[in-house]
Amino acid sequence: MLFYIARRILYVIPIAIGVTMVCFSLIYLAPGDPMQSLMPADASEADMAMLRHYYGFDQPVPVQYLKWLSRAASGDLGVSLQTNQPVFGEVMRALSNTVVISAGAVLLAFGFAVAAGTLAAFNLGKPADRIATGVSVLGVSVPNYWLGIVLIIVFAVQLGWLPATGMGSKGSESFDPTSWDQLKYAILPIVTMALVPLGVIMRSTRSAVAEVLAQDFIQVLYAKGLGTFAIVRHAVRNALPSILAVMGLQFGYLVGGSILIETIFTWPGTGFVLSKAILTRDIPLLQGTILVLSLSFVLTNLAVDLLQTAVDPRIKRA
Amino acid sequence: MTDTTVNSIGAAALPKSRSYLATVGRRLRYDYVTLFFLAIILLVAAAAIFAPLIAPFDPLKTSMAFRLKPIGYRNFLLGTDELGRDMASRLIYGGRMSLLMGLAPVAIASIAGGCLGVIAGFIGGRVNTAIMRTVDVFYAFPSVLLAVAISGTMGGGVANGLMALTLVFIPPICRVSETATTQVRHLDFVDAARASGASAWRIIVYHILSNVAAPVFIYASSLISVSILLAAGLSFLGLGVTPPAPDWGQMLANLRQAIYVQPLVCALPGIAIFLTSLSFNMVSDGLRQAMDVKS
Repeated sequence: MLFYIARRILYVIPIAIGVTMVCFSLIYLAPGDPMQSLMPADASEADMAMLRHYYGFDQPVPVQYLKWLSRAASGDLGVSLQTNQPVFGEVMRALSNTVVISAGAVLLAFGFAVAAGTLAAFNLGKPADRIATGVSVLGVSVPNYWLGIVLIIVFAVQLGWLPATGMGSKGSESFDPTSWDQLKYAILPIVTMALVPLGVIMRSTRSAVAEVLAQDFIQVLYAKGLGTFAIVRHAVRNALPSILAVMGLQFGYLVGGSILIETIFTWPGTGFVLSKAILTRDIPLLQGTILVLSLSFVLTNLAVDLLQTAVDPRIKRA
Repeated sequence: MTDTTVNSIGAAALPKSRSYLATVGRRLRYDYVTLFFLAIILLVAAAAIFAPLIAPFDPLKTSMAFRLKPIGYRNFLLGTDELGRDMASRLIYGGRMSLLMGLAPVAIASIAGGCLGVIAGFIGGRVNTAIMRTVDVFYAFPSVLLAVAISGTMGGGVANGLMALTLVFIPPICRVSETATTQVRHLDFVDAARASGASAWRIIVYHILSNVAAPVFIYASSLISVSILLAAGLSFLGLGVTPPAPDWGQMLANLRQAIYVQPLVCALPGIAIFLTSLSFNMVSDGLRQAMDVKS
């Protein structure tokens, strides 16, 4: 068990290094000289030369990468061209906002998806199953950036129940999900975001629970005279570890792919920072955000894997 | 002996493979849901191909007098956009870009990723490790993030968008094809072919590819809808087509400012994206069920 955990963690290291290499090479993907991408357009020649040396762009690429990596490891991701603020701080502040709506969305999706997926698995092929399957296909087919706009039209413009965009007057510094004044700003983004994980989790709950129901011990439970509720409990408990793994992965996807939802709702998270960086061609900010997001995705996957091992006693990985 | 066995196997395999396709065809023929969504795809494709013949107006012609008109206003079947351009015509022309961005990256990635996977699976050893570990790294990015990262740094435009999406789809397809290749690589019929003197190239082309093509095809078909959604998302962020050329994602982004004036018209490009991606999803599901011989 401990050996498995250690091996799993060791396995992540080369992946993480690969991810940093990809993020580093983004600088070379940007058209033109990397220094031009990193510096404001009106930078003087002397400044350029000085920083070229500081960043190591006058040295071979592997050296540049190692220099960049060691700076990144100490939390120096460069300076935003637009705000002149350190990129690291800006990304980290935004990350907590993204985590708030992503966690909300994945929990909301989990609740609905497990209920509906279990219902579908108990009624395979019947109308309830078809409806649930249909909803899950709709969930993964709908362009959620469009759905967000539709929800804004209905609930903010037509009905006026919820605010359309932003994060409220208090801003992001002290987001408190228990206060309605702040929570109401998060509702539409959370609901919009929940749709894709809803479809995915529902589909995997359905197949996981159906698989458990096909096993012999369920027959024994029926023969023993257990009620439907008790059998549901047994089936879901058995299917839960794999469902939780899917849920964790979906959480990672939401955090990494929040750009469209956050752009629509002007929610000040990492995705919003990313779209701002793209719009203003702020390459240091873009690169830093992508590095932080991709590394947190790698770590989320690792955490999901380890949690699954801890939760599911049947998995005894050598 | 070798010659006759190979021939007899080849001869025996032929009618069976034909009957496999016939089975798939027969199953699809009675799968009305799949056929319905296939018809929608064909309709969208026909509209896109024959756009100049069908579109009632010039999709680029602006008019300050007819900005943001409602659905059914005068001759504007679906209203007009923020620059007074006919929505119906723009939606018809916009289908061209959405279909291109949905199909082209998946097609290119199927070939590139499929080949990489076959090479990795067939050669094995260090080559496999090198290819698959590189794939793992790209797998460690959420697809939206990778697409945004690549086309965001390279700048907008159709070519960059195509490249970004292709790069997003190569790793997963490569995994599917590598798994399929490793599964058949050590089966008896491959050993038999090798024993009878077939070259590696011949084994790959005749024996491996025929077993890898179906899973790759089924998997790739499920990616088309993802590709359409991602592509429209990229142009929604301003990373797609250069304006004024019509594109659904971009229309959605531009009309976002007008949701207070014409909410229904603003929702139209999204409905087009939704319908197309849903249709591809349904057809891909139907195909998978029809091509699954075991069921």
